Amino acid sequence: MIRRTILIFIAATLLSTGVIHSAQAENPFIIVQSTTSTQNSGLFDDLLPKFTAKTGIDVRVVAVGTGQAIRNASNGDGDVLFVHSKPSEEKFVSDGLGVSRADVMYNDFVIVGPASDPAGVAGTKNVTEAFTKIASSKSIFASRGDDSGTHKAELRLWKSAGIDPSEASGTWYRETGSGMGATLNTGTGMGAYVMTDRATWTAFGNKGTHEIVVEGDPNMFNQYGVILVNPDAHPHVKADMAQRFIDWLLSPEGQTAIADYQLDGQQLFFPNAGSGPS
Amino acid sequence: MDSFWNVLASAVGLVFAFDPDLMEIVGLSMQVTLSAVAIACLIGFPLGAIAGAFRFPGRTLLSIVLNALMGLPPVVVGLLVYLMLSASGPLGPLGLLYTPTAMIIAQTVLVTPIVAALTKQVVEDLYQEYGEQFTSLGVGPLDRVMALLWDARYSLLTVALAGFGRAVAEVGAVIIVGGNINHVTRVMTTTIALETSKGNLELALALGVILLAIAFAVNALVMTLRASAVRAAYA
Repeated sequence: MIRRTILIFIAATLLSTGVIHSAQAENPFIIVQSTTSTQNSGLFDDLLPKFTAKTGIDVRVVAVGTGQAIRNASNGDGDVLFVHSKPSEEKFVSDGLGVSRADVMYNDFVIVGPASDPAGVAGTKNVTEAFTKIASSKSIFASRGDDSGTHKAELRLWKSAGIDPSEASGTWYRETGSGMGATLNTGTGMGAYVMTDRATWTAFGNKGTHEIVVEGDPNMFNQYGVILVNPDAHPHVKADMAQRFIDWLLSPEGQTAIADYQLDGQQLFFPNAGSGPS
Repeated sequence: MDSFWNVLASAVGLVFAFDPDLMEIVGLSMQVTLSAVAIACLIGFPLGAIAGAFRFPGRTLLSIVLNALMGLPPVVVGLLVYLMLSASGPLGPLGLLYTPTAMIIAQTVLVTPIVAALTKQVVEDLYQEYGEQFTSLGVGPLDRVMALLWDARYSLLTVALAGFGRAVAEVGAVIIVGGNINHVTRVMTTTIALETSKGNLELALALGVILLAIAFAVNALVMTLRASAVRAAYA
């Protein structure tokens, strides 16, 4: 009885493995190493089916922080890198790991905070001023602390404000070491200020009483770039299909698709292929 | 408490909507977890039986290692398997990273020590009773292992369920080696992590309730089978 049950169980398991594998083998695919903001905002769910319908190529997205995405792509675990930290992207290319980098789209970072606004920064257009007020009032600030694109941008802004928040780490400056969503969950939970990209915030479902308090500073510009992983470094990279995806993203058709994506009637990403500020 | 009832309601709603995406995710979860537990049992039962029934040099060390590995952090296992399967790793040419197979491998690594360590304990206790008989009857090593495993079969079901519990609840390893790719490697736990990161806490919790219900159903099924088998055995 038991033996038969176990045999049936093993057979069923192996069978289901085979069935699911064959179901997946329908389309050729590429792997894109990307960031959580592009996935959590719903952009990829909208964009990728359009590309697949046109080309028959499936796009498998691994959405992690920019730092981890670049590391994975450096190991050759992806055909395309689609992230938002220009200095790291340029280093990736100059290290010979990527072929070339192209601007795709941008949005902006915002600072969200509790409605009570303990640092009194609401309505500030200048992020340096806002960071100075947050630091001097020792208001709680939740940082990604995970080497992601957003984290790197945040550190650049602290630096331009002449503040070294790492000295306050564990007191008012709290590094969650987590993704954008987890950091926002923590931030809304502890009444902290958080710097986030606008797309993730707009799509975020657990805002609590938090709202955008600082926005509109040109320094909070957030550029996304796309890079073909270098087949010379990793010969198994599916360069032809990956290049088709990149070309499509940068084409008028792909750019229009990016501009058309809206959430709650709001455009989240602004295409700027070939025209982005350098 | 409002949100708690909302969560329950949306969990029930999700189940009865028979959403094809949800069905696919649940199916893949079960496929990955059951495969991993099956392989872990194939390795862990004999390994545990050998450790439990024989005296050999390094036996104590093996027991300590198995017991210690029961506490393996899933993220560490995920990283190890990632480094093995990465295109730059030793097994890179197999192209297994970001596939369900990679997730099965990671969970097998997590679950095998649990199955082996618990099997060892079960078999060791049984061997206290059987040891002298085996010796007097001149039973060979292979037959000893088979006989011990067969007579311990009801306890071993519980052992397998312990492994199942570990695997089905695990997210740290499968999200690294699977990549949480939609329609390819997205399972229940990685979906819960994703929805949590989107701030959709109620949806995440509703999915958690469904996962719990599935785990409950699997346990109930196995325990029912076990009870009827026990009855049949002593009837």
